[in-house]
Amino acid sequence: MPYWACVAGIAMISCERRVNTAPTHFGYGRPATKQEIAAKAIAIRPDGKGLPAGSGTVQHGAVIYAGKCASCHGVTGTEGPFNVLVAPDTADAVPFDRAPQRIKAIGNYWPYATTVFDYVRRAMPFNAPGSLSDNEVYSLTAYLLYANKLIDSSTVMNAKTLPGVIMPARKYYVTDNRNGGDGPYE
Amino acid sequence: MSQKMTRRRLLLGGAATAAVAMVKSSFGKMVQTGIPEAAMDPTRQVGPLPGVLGTRSPFEHPQRKASLTSSQTPLQDLYGIITPSDLHFERHHAGVPAIDPNTYELTIHGMVDRPTVFSLADLKRFPAVSRICFIECSGNFRKPDKETITPQDICGLTSQSEWTGVMLSTIFREVGVDPKATWFLAEGSDAAVMTRSIPVSKGWDDAMIVYAQNGEAIRPQQGYPARLLLPGWEGNTSIKWLRRIELSDGPFMTREETSKYTEPIKDGKIRQFSFTMDARSIITYPAYPVQLQKGWVEIRGIAWSGRGKITGVEISTNAGKSWQAARLQEPVMDKAHTCFRYLWQWDGDTTEIMSRAIDETGYIQPSLKELITARGIGTGYHLNPVTAWLIKRGGEVVYRPEKWK
Ligand code: HEC
Repeated sequence: MPYWACVAGIAMISCERRVNTAPTHFGYGRPATKQEIAAKAIAIRPDGKGLPAGSGTVQHGAVIYAGKCASCHGVTGTEGPFNVLVAPDTADAVPFDRAPQRIKAIGNYWPYATTVFDYVRRAMPFNAPGSLSDNEVYSLTAYLLYANKLIDSSTVMNAKTLPGVIMPARKYYVTDNRNGGDGPYE
Repeated sequence: MSQKMTRRRLLLGGAATAAVAMVKSSFGKMVQTGIPEAAMDPTRQVGPLPGVLGTRSPFEHPQRKASLTSSQTPLQDLYGIITPSDLHFERHHAGVPAIDPNTYELTIHGMVDRPTVFSLADLKRFPAVSRICFIECSGNFRKPDKETITPQDICGLTSQSEWTGVMLSTIFREVGVDPKATWFLAEGSDAAVMTRSIPVSKGWDDAMIVYAQNGEAIRPQQGYPARLLLPGWEGNTSIKWLRRIELSDGPFMTREETSKYTEPIKDGKIRQFSFTMDARSIITYPAYPVQLQKGWVEIRGIAWSGRGKITGVEISTNAGKSWQAARLQEPVMDKAHTCFRYLWQWDGDTTEIMSRAIDETGYIQPSLKELITARGIGTGYHLNPVTAWLIKRGGEVVYRPEKWK
């Protein structure tokens, strides 16, 4: 097939064979079964998609927190030695860009409540990640949201209620829109 | 030469014994035991014969600087653009996992036609691609608080390798990504089960799944046996120990794209998904703790941009009053560390030297003051200011501290 024929788009199929174009599908790998996907897909979306069955309370969360979390995050979530989990102020206090020392925590910085569930279940406690049951994670999430003054002490956390928790820091979030060029360097 | 050696030389009148010996192994082969402490006359003794693994010269000791959460590349000790793999910076959130390549699996599912599990061998069967690019942590910045810090301390969380693997677009076609999918989640199999949401457009553009680094299997610290590679984007998004990709129609808002890796900017705003690494450069010679001699000095360093190629590096040898173009060393590659050099005659007076990078979008590396003015003093992440080295009258080179305001 002469080159001009390819350019003109004549007899495309034989052109492709000649240049040995990669197939769109190699057939490598094996199909993932529904069950194995369900077991692996642990990420929670902000709309609550992915949240498991079960529920938890602030009271139960406080007990688990004292036993499994307080040693690293402090008795009230503010003492450390690791990350402060309970914000010392509200999302609408002094703007962060003017307050370099201001502590960022769930109550004043996190834009979505679902992130607490997702993160605690996948990564905490740091010394035994993946060891908590879904109900324990719901309870810890309830306790942390309560300690950050985002829900009251009687609100039960489950797949329905958690995505509905209002996070006051969310309104401050903007998506990066810089594209290089000649500044400004925001 | 070390003080100890000098003394030994004196004692032995120059005929120092090196701590190396050739011994016959049980197979009758000569093998080396021990390493030479200092060169005797190398023409008068047969050296070690070929071995199964090479070593650094016993006189060279480049080292990363490690903290609990990261370790930094010794930029001032390197030549050229490739970071030796054992000096590549490390940043991970729950240690380095041990993964058996024979049981490794990558699952891709969500908004795809064919949810698929790939073994490492499967990934290696796909058409392979190699590219050289940097990976830089978006927290690669140190507040300019004192004089006695090195390029490694200032921005050692950037390293460069030749990466080999498969284009993510090839895998996307293989599984049949739904055209309506706009984001995908990448998840690692470390104890942090690290996750980030990535726009699908990056996956079609230049993202890769890589299994090799500088000609050999990727190092455990860099994601063995396979990691995501997003050229030019903040290092955290190039998920190491990649185990799962989930195609979706929105971001997941994981902890590492909300609580962390976001930065306060003006008017109380919090900037999210600032993926691209802005252009930056650093003079790696002369820099603290070099003691400079009067006369000709070749100023050397690296420049890079997550937005494309470096088009120029400018040098000031008079504290920013005027700028001259440095020479760029080929190859100058897309999203890659690029070497620059500038010949200069130091007259012995106190001065400040600095470099600024320019990339193909026309972006010019800003000063710290410009960054703080634009973003506010409470900002963090993605700080790429011009770095100045103060050369004192006696030739002492130190970092020029700057006020954080
Ligand atoms: C052994 C110490 C340790 C224990 C115990 C521990 N954590 Fe953590 N936690 C950490 C460390 C360290 C980090 C920061 C990890 C990182 O940055 O990657 C962290 C981070 C967090 C964060 C994210 C904070 C932020 O600002 O982004 C949350 C939420 C959290 N832990 C909750 C918990 C809960 C709930 C428990 C109890 C089930 C717990 N942790 C137990 C050490 C611990």
